[in-house]
Amino acid sequence: MHIHTRRKLVNGFNLTVSALMTLLGLFFLAWLLWTLFARGIAYLSLDLFIADTPGPGDEGGGLRNAIVGSLLLTGFGVLVGAPLGILTGTYLAEFGRHAWLSRIVRFVNDVLLSAPSIVIGVFVYEIMVVSMGHFSGWAGAAALAIIVVPVVVRTSEDMMRLVPDHMREAAAALGAPQWRIVLQIVIRAALAGILTGVLLAIARIAGETAPLLFTALNNQFFSTDMNGPVANLPVMIFNFAMGPYEDWHDLAWAGALLITLAVLGLNVATRIFLKARK
Amino acid sequence: MIDMEPLPMTEAADGAGRGPAGRIAGPAVERPRIAVRNLDFFYGRFQALHDISLAIPDRQVTAFIGPSGCGKSTLLRCFNRIYDLYPGQRAEGEIRLDGRNILDRGEDLNALRARVGMVFQKPTPFPMSIYDNIAFGVRLHERLSRAEMDERVEWALGKAALWDEVKDILRQSGNALSGGQQQRLCIARAIATRPEVLLLDEPASALDPISTLKIEELIYELKTDYTIAIVTHNMQQAARVSDYCGFLYMGRLVEYNETSIIFTNPACKQTEDYITGRFG
Repeated sequence: MHIHTRRKLVNGFNLTVSALMTLLGLFFLAWLLWTLFARGIAYLSLDLFIADTPGPGDEGGGLRNAIVGSLLLTGFGVLVGAPLGILTGTYLAEFGRHAWLSRIVRFVNDVLLSAPSIVIGVFVYEIMVVSMGHFSGWAGAAALAIIVVPVVVRTSEDMMRLVPDHMREAAAALGAPQWRIVLQIVIRAALAGILTGVLLAIARIAGETAPLLFTALNNQFFSTDMNGPVANLPVMIFNFAMGPYEDWHDLAWAGALLITLAVLGLNVATRIFLKARK
Repeated sequence: MIDMEPLPMTEAADGAGRGPAGRIAGPAVERPRIAVRNLDFFYGRFQALHDISLAIPDRQVTAFIGPSGCGKSTLLRCFNRIYDLYPGQRAEGEIRLDGRNILDRGEDLNALRARVGMVFQKPTPFPMSIYDNIAFGVRLHERLSRAEMDERVEWALGKAALWDEVKDILRQSGNALSGGQQQRLCIARAIATRPEVLLLDEPASALDPISTLKIEELIYELKTDYTIAIVTHNMQQAARVSDYCGFLYMGRLVEYNETSIIFTNPACKQTEDYITGRFG
């Protein structure tokens, strides 16, 4: 067989297989989204946002307490986790690039990145819930923060490393001290990427259930007291989906759709943001 | 702090880099701005420069030529100690700038770099507006009022022959400019801090012929105020822009003299071979 014919055949085969695999992946994604929409869209009503979760046997109800609780937990989790992650990433990429400490931090970070979130939940349960004597929103936020940190550390370091060294050299050649080079040149150049990492981390924790089961628990009532149990969407979905009532199942579908839409919106926002920066 | 491959160097057999007549004494320079004596440079264990001695005259253009890896960029990077960013790189010997040895441990590097500006091969606009690109360096060393800063930015861009092209888009990103404009922006940025010495590391090698011509005209203009050291791959460019010229080979300064002599009547056969294109 002529060598060019062979290349064409191999090329055609690979293209076909990869296209088919892509379609297979997309098929399941579309199926999942379709099911969510079909089951959840009917229950997306105003009530969802202004009424609280119903007790056993109650009619109607909404998800107000769970939505607000999720916003609180996610918000505090990111507020604590993102700065910590960005600062650590800055150390790894700039100040301690070759330090022995960095190698250890990178390794531990990779371990943390792939740690099952339920382990993090149990860990926070042990150090916070047990010692405080009760479940609390703070414990939930702490568990989420621990999930945020490694994601943000990794993306921040990677993004800062993408800033070419000749940029640092050019700034140093003007007589800029290192902290200025990092703050005004490197972080600025990598800002879009760093923020993307933070948004991805938010998307990641928005749907986390396991770490909240042991920490923030859940709350049937509206509460913004971070010292006590706080309602949240993932655990609410878990409880209601397992519950015996049809109303509960409907609310669980609506909640699942809500989280998915929020994460989808966040991803789209990230893309628009990145495009606008270019 | 920063990863960088050592510049590629050819391993030299001992003495292979010397011209047949050994090291050639440099020209008599009356007012040296930079005086280098017995300079050795190391990338880790690898010695990239051997025993360099030369004097760079005030307000003249001095060019360094030689084949890839001969050490010419390394030499230039010693004059503002930019190599200090990288662990494992070190220089030994003496580089006197206005009489003070800048290789001394106590040397304030940021102050040194305010006096010795540098422009690199690749244009490197910072991720900020054209105006701020210029103001960034100035703000590091001086406190200027708004009006003074405006004036300084216009002055620097004017000196770099860029003002007319960018005066209406000062607030736009420096990345929006063409490659040649970006490089002139970098030159403007380097002279905005009013250095005494300007180091140019192959400033035109990434540019098209017209931009190259503009940069060369600029070098000619700038030498009335600045001492300029330029590294170039392009021998015609060295012949066009420089007053003095040094030929390096395998980390050694083979010959250093007035450009007219280097290009018409070099003392070393190696220099002649390189200039006439027989190797390198």
